[in-house]
Amino acid sequence: MTEAKGFDEIHILWISEGMSCDGDTVSVTASAQPAIEDVVTGLIPGLPKVHLHNKVLSPTLGGEEFLAPFRAAARGELEPFIFVLEGSVPNEKINGDGYWSSFGNDPDTGEPLTLNWWIDRLAPKAWAVVAAGTCATYGGIHAMAGNPTGCMGLADYLGWDFRSAGALPIVNVPGCPVQPENFMETLTWVLYHAAGAAPPPPLDDKLRPQWMFGKTVHEGCDRAAYYEQADFAQDYNSPKCQVKVGCWGPVVNCNVPKRGWMGGIGGCPNVGGICIGCTMPGFPDKFMPFMDAPPGGTLSSMMIKPYGAFIRRMRGITNATVNEEPKWHHDRELLTSGYNPRWRP
Amino acid sequence: MATTEQMPAGAQPGQLVEMSWDPITRIIGNLGIYTKIDFANRRVAECHSTSSLFRGYSVFMKGKDPRDAGFITSRICGICGDNHTTCSVYAQNMAYGIKNPPLAEWILNLGEAAEYMFDHTIFQDNLVFVDFCEAMVKDTNPSVLKRARNTQAPNAGVHGYRTIADIMEAFNPFEGAVYKEALQVSRTTREMFCLMEGRHVHPSTVYPGGVGTMPSPTLFTDYLSRLMRIVDFVKKAVAMNDDVFDFFYEALPGYEEVGRRRVLLGCWGAFQDPDVCDYKYENMNRWGKAMYVTPGIVVDGKLLTTDLVDINLGIRILLGSSYYDDWVNEEPFVTHDPLGNPVDMRHPWNQTTLPVPQKRDFDDKYSWVMSPRWFNPDTREHLALDTGGGPFARLYTTALANIVDTPYVKSTGSSVKISLPKGEQLPETTLEWRIPQWSNAIERDRARVYFVAYAAAMAVYFLEKGLGLVREGDTRIFDDFEVPDEGIGCGFHEAVRGVLSHHLVIKDKKIANYHPYPPTPWNGSPRDSYGTPGPYEDAVQDMPIFEENGPDDFRGVDIMRAVRSFDPCLPCGVHMYLGKGRELKKLHSPMFGATHG
Repeated sequence: MTEAKGFDEIHILWISEGMSCDGDTVSVTASAQPAIEDVVTGLIPGLPKVHLHNKVLSPTLGGEEFLAPFRAAARGELEPFIFVLEGSVPNEKINGDGYWSSFGNDPDTGEPLTLNWWIDRLAPKAWAVVAAGTCATYGGIHAMAGNPTGCMGLADYLGWDFRSAGALPIVNVPGCPVQPENFMETLTWVLYHAAGAAPPPPLDDKLRPQWMFGKTVHEGCDRAAYYEQADFAQDYNSPKCQVKVGCWGPVVNCNVPKRGWMGGIGGCPNVGGICIGCTMPGFPDKFMPFMDAPPGGTLSSMMIKPYGAFIRRMRGITNATVNEEPKWHHDRELLTSGYNPRWRP
Repeated sequence: MATTEQMPAGAQPGQLVEMSWDPITRIIGNLGIYTKIDFANRRVAECHSTSSLFRGYSVFMKGKDPRDAGFITSRICGICGDNHTTCSVYAQNMAYGIKNPPLAEWILNLGEAAEYMFDHTIFQDNLVFVDFCEAMVKDTNPSVLKRARNTQAPNAGVHGYRTIADIMEAFNPFEGAVYKEALQVSRTTREMFCLMEGRHVHPSTVYPGGVGTMPSPTLFTDYLSRLMRIVDFVKKAVAMNDDVFDFFYEALPGYEEVGRRRVLLGCWGAFQDPDVCDYKYENMNRWGKAMYVTPGIVVDGKLLTTDLVDINLGIRILLGSSYYDDWVNEEPFVTHDPLGNPVDMRHPWNQTTLPVPQKRDFDDKYSWVMSPRWFNPDTREHLALDTGGGPFARLYTTALANIVDTPYVKSTGSSVKISLPKGEQLPETTLEWRIPQWSNAIERDRARVYFVAYAAAMAVYFLEKGLGLVREGDTRIFDDFEVPDEGIGCGFHEAVRGVLSHHLVIKDKKIANYHPYPPTPWNGSPRDSYGTPGPYEDAVQDMPIFEENGPDDFRGVDIMRAVRSFDPCLPCGVHMYLGKGRELKKLHSPMFGATHG
């Protein structure tokens, strides 16, 4: 058996100049499991030394000082690196001499360099490519019907069968924004793989980590029991299941109600916020208008009614029973617990 | 409009060197700053700011269900998305003719207070202060660092750092103690946020008509216990900031000119008072004044108005240097407001966004940001208001208006007094923010840390109000409504970095027009159709340079401090590149300062 060979050092080149709000970078700073500063300062055992190049967190003043590693990587002079993209990829074939989004300038002409120029040069040279958030993975909000920029997810741009220099498919971590710990945990797995200490992360056919997106919101939601009992919220005052007021949880792949939003706090339907499907390739159009019941919810909530109403009643009876203490808890001059010192089966 | 002083008479202009920073780091979004620097006279001769990102919200929202607006507009901004959701709820409530139950309003106020605490902390301590940290100052002004090592910190008794240089070291990125603690505090405060609004940064539990947040006593316990864990950090942060900023004035005489511009401030108000606010346009002046941060416009230190109706009617969206076609020949959506006042064609209610991507040309069109201005009916000027990065304008208007009067925050007419409860180490503390002499980089930055204290103190009040209702048994958090066939609405709020408005027009139960105006288009706007530069451009243009490095190893730290003091956040609106100093062949006229007058 040969020993796994990995990297001791790796760069993370993070571009958030896709069509985005930079919310995924901001979200990532919320993670304490692990924290980005712990990854950068080497506090996670077994990871390669990480050089992070991210616009929001960069200690540089910006400009060429910040762009230098990106330019070096584009020339093929900096490796290995993980390329992280945040934001969707605009269609730059539809706007003449103009541009939708740029990152730095061409040093010769002084004209802006488009995001697409950078992706074309960085993605094929990257050891791994990670798409952070629903915009970068599947297009997201800016790719909504009626949008002027023609934008799309990274896999739509590079091709779903794209393989990085490290022979990995794109690693998609969707979420609008990405759940902080979901992203950091995935990035950490990729870094362990880079260190030669782990296999590649297991991904589904939408290139999402299987252990995070293999179950639905509903399967992890603490309001799902109300659904089983056909007990539905009629408006947002109610602590009950929200499918009749817009929650798409039963059909959306996401672990947030289970994991919480950060450090176990917050979330979506578990804390009173309808699931609007923000991790999904069909987001947002297939879930709008958000505050109306999903079409399928009407049928399923009707079908569960006879069962749920019956079971709720039965549970009510049993609940009342188990809310009573046993009758031998008393202060009379007589033991009625059934105690028998010689009892044998 | 001369908004900055010009070069001293008699000085000879030196060779101009083109310097630009694109993208600017440690901000949210995409901003480029392009300057021409006169190294001989140590001044910035010219400045252009540009945003190279267009996403098209106002375009793709047309025809959508108006109830979706809060969910969609949150996605405009990745750091203060919830400010958009909240503002959208305000605008929708007006359009639907409804209001939130009082408890929902206190919950929203608690969420927004946590957002200010989180966002100002991470921006100030993890992004802005890198420009003031030991590593940076060593690189740009070694003599200043030397002096800092020998200067005792006046507030050492509060924060525990003996010298100014010790404080600066504590802010070194990824390693300094305060840098790291600030990241933790930014997490605790975000947990507080998530308690109230579900998720950061795009909330899940905020709806028109109220919230879905379950108002159990536990909710308030979990928020309060976290708040009490950070109050001492806030007191120390104010003390450290005061020490460092006062030191800069003293160590670098003239530093007040960095990022300085005329006092032209706008604040659209924050934190509704549910006892007064009914979201009716006709009563907007009354409930606007009841907000726990007073809206207002300040020109040259004078409060022009605190009436949201005046503020609303004066908003004008100008083009000039932006990549869009004009819409003045389109059909107007709103000719008169509900009070019968005429609404201008350049008002957001009437705007139609017509994007035209094109080559960047600094003499013509160079930005995706439009130029919002406020039309002063008295002088007929289109004022390029700034927000002072948010807190500066908020504290300024609140102080001058002399309205806010709560047990924890009080306006005095010239200052704001903020009382924070006793913490683990430090006693109950009253801080006072006083209106400073200048609108400059340092005062914008200083106001930010005071506003963290403001938000924390108001949160104590909101907790009392919210929990009081719960104890009385009033736990209603949402009122149902119907979307009308037609309607208009406007919402006014303070995004973390300043003024935020949403303007909505509904036709056939669908969005006919929707225009969010966040702070950065105000601050980061390019030259408008009258040639007036935007606030970043104006603040940087003609400012002096204090960095000790020459053109070859120039880093531009003073310029960056000036720009970052506005808390640039360009998903809502601009990027700096440090090229090797390239000498301009074409010399500008000796009177270059005047060309932008």
